[in-house]
Amino acid sequence: MNPSTVFIALIGFSFLAFFVGRRKAVARQLASSGIKPHSLPGYHGGYVALWSVIPGLLLFTLWLIIKPVFIRAQVLANLPNEISVLPEGQLSLIYNDIRNLAEGNIVSSDPTVYVEAAAQQYINLTYISDLSLAVSVLVLVLVALAWSMRRVQPEMRARNKVEWAIQALLMCASTIAIFTTIGIFLSVLFESLRFFQRVPLFDFLFGLDWSPQTAIREDQVGSSGAFGAVPLFAGTLLISSIAMLVAVPVGLMSAIYLSEYASSKMRAIAKPLLEVLAGIPTVVYGYFAALTVAPLFRGMGENIGLTVSSESALGAGVVMGIMIIPFISSLSDDVLNAVPQALREGSFGLGATHSETIRLVLLPAALPGIVGGILLAVSRAIGETMIVVMAAGLAANLTINPFEAVTTVTVQIVTLLVGDQEFDSAKTLAAFALGLLLFLTTLILNIIALRVVRRYREQYE
Amino acid sequence: MSQSVPKTKTHVPDETENDLSIGESEHKTVGDYTAKEPIFQARNVNVYYADNHAIKDVSLDVGVNQVISLIGPSGCGKSTFIRCLNRMNDTIDSARITGEILLDGEDIYSREMDVVMLRARVGIVFQKPNPFPKSIFDNVAYGPRIHGLARNRAELDDIVQSSLERAGLWSEVKDRLTDPGTGLSGGQQQRLCIARTIAVGPEVILMDEPCSALDPIATARIEDLIDELKQNFAIVIVTHSMQQAARVSQRTAYFHLGYLAEVGDTNDIFTNPQHKLTEDYITGRFG
Ligand SMILES: Nc1ncnc2c1ncn2[C@@H]1O[C@H](COP(=O)(O)OP(=O)(O)OP(=O)(O)O)[C@@H](O)[C@H]1O
Ligand SMILES: [Mg+2]
Repeated sequence: MNPSTVFIALIGFSFLAFFVGRRKAVARQLASSGIKPHSLPGYHGGYVALWSVIPGLLLFTLWLIIKPVFIRAQVLANLPNEISVLPEGQLSLIYNDIRNLAEGNIVSSDPTVYVEAAAQQYINLTYISDLSLAVSVLVLVLVALAWSMRRVQPEMRARNKVEWAIQALLMCASTIAIFTTIGIFLSVLFESLRFFQRVPLFDFLFGLDWSPQTAIREDQVGSSGAFGAVPLFAGTLLISSIAMLVAVPVGLMSAIYLSEYASSKMRAIAKPLLEVLAGIPTVVYGYFAALTVAPLFRGMGENIGLTVSSESALGAGVVMGIMIIPFISSLSDDVLNAVPQALREGSFGLGATHSETIRLVLLPAALPGIVGGILLAVSRAIGETMIVVMAAGLAANLTINPFEAVTTVTVQIVTLLVGDQEFDSAKTLAAFALGLLLFLTTLILNIIALRVVRRYREQYE
Repeated sequence: MSQSVPKTKTHVPDETENDLSIGESEHKTVGDYTAKEPIFQARNVNVYYADNHAIKDVSLDVGVNQVISLIGPSGCGKSTFIRCLNRMNDTIDSARITGEILLDGEDIYSREMDVVMLRARVGIVFQKPNPFPKSIFDNVAYGPRIHGLARNRAELDDIVQSSLERAGLWSEVKDRLTDPGTGLSGGQQQRLCIARTIAVGPEVILMDEPCSALDPIATARIEDLIDELKQNFAIVIVTHSMQQAARVSQRTAYFHLGYLAEVGDTNDIFTNPQHKLTEDYITGRFG
């Protein structure tokens, strides 16, 4: 019995349980016409379905976790003595061989006798455990079904129980995001700690020099590498600021125009068009920045006597800003629309002009939503890689001159990881440290923004 | 100014008129819709919300130093009518208005009309209280600030305090002027909105059920305010309380299904209604 068959059977069984439960509820309620039943038959069906299948599902999940561990322990314990004392790394390789053999995959070398025996054992154990899973799930489900069917009575509060189950489901869904965040954070953290064993934290945080080329072989002339993150963060900051300088005013103003002044026809046309901007792949924006905007800026710069390098922070930032406009305009437009009409009327009724009303009433009321949109845009800007690679270059210059080439954290992470370095070289690990720092930066940004919003928000109910 | 001859038509009630619908002949307004010294003159006003004909051929004057109350069953168009008087209906996309409304002889729907100044001259207190999500002080100071009515902070403080006092809210909020206006109770919010409107110093005040959420004491306070304001201004008040209409207003207009059924001196309307529908309404046979 294949485990996935068990799973599908469980789901199918829940439908069956639903109908059985509902039928019984209908029958019971007909029989006891005197009392008014607490819940509709559908809820009884839902109750039976949930309560008969959930224990089986739990067992199934538990088994999924335990089975590999259990089988591994069993198989390794039966290996000859001289092998089971090998270090963990080699043991893992051998175990992989055993599994590959058992599952009919390609094996690294000719199997030795003990590997063949172990593979046979692996097959047996898998078979036994799958079978026992099927049997125990079946028994559990039947017991649970019988138990929950017995509880289907007119006075049983199936409605509340189903409500509870739904709530639990929603809660699980919401915790997934939290656990994922924690998981990502921890995995980045551990790699970063390994990096900080090689490069001092202080040098990383405050070093002004970034040149991660390290010698791969002893005899190479490559430099020893400098891992000062400051130029990268300065570059990120510079490009993101330029992007926000473009995106926030333009996005906000177009949102105000669309939600307050535009006729509904204009709105119907302009809004989808603006949102198309968000759908363009960033690579395409990258071409646009490198082939159109950057030369344009360089030409304009030459005309007024400025030296603009062909890969400049300005070009990348402006194009990134254009890419971000729809984020801000779309979200701000929604929150402006959500401000009650009564507030507009109150302001008009006191003799305020439309723009006074927007400035004094609507924007303050919509502020939390707008800041939310801007924040989202900032994280987009900080995380954006493609446009920068193509238009701003890889040179880690520490500058605030927007006409020079700069590089950003995300771009460096990519270049660090695509090289053919050993996985535990300082160069590769540096990518994780950068990632961690980036993560913390956006986290702090978010916290500050939340504070600001809470401080200045004007709540309407 | 007024060209139209006052129409007076005596209504003879008859047995067939017991339902809400009114026949063709009943569309004419009973009573004199003109005022001796009119500030507002509305002539043949029609309002449509898309296809819904909400105000039907209404002509009505608002006199200076007078209170006129608009009464009538729910949905008959009272709010719609007063919102025409300062062009609040402009904010509703589907609303369309025909006819003529003169303020001091000037057509408020003409192209030259400065709608923003119009609304400063003709203040409105809405049916549902709509304080801004700002502090109590800022709510009241909103109008004076945008119109530059105070030269310095002390003058602004004075305007805010006197407006709140006249609306009967000062004693309740004087210690928490920085609290949000939205945190007040429903009745307090209603008075805050009244204070906000009178702080601008309008010439006409339109009040849409200003006392619907007020207790008798606060109501009496607002009625005193109305008496006081009418010394200098004109007031249009929508109310569902016959007693209130009788107490505060000199003239009363009865609206019915978008028509202005009857208008006249408040005393006459309540003691001797000419229109069967008015009589039914004020004697509580429906509405
Ligand atoms: N914003 C609007 N859009 C469409 N129709 C509206 C709107 N406002 C009012 N109406 C319609 O106009 C008619 C008159 O409404 P109005 O609000 O003027 O009544 P009212 O006399 O003030 O009633 P109430 O005493 O309940 O406040 C109603 O039929 C209503 O459905
Ligand atoms: Mg109304």
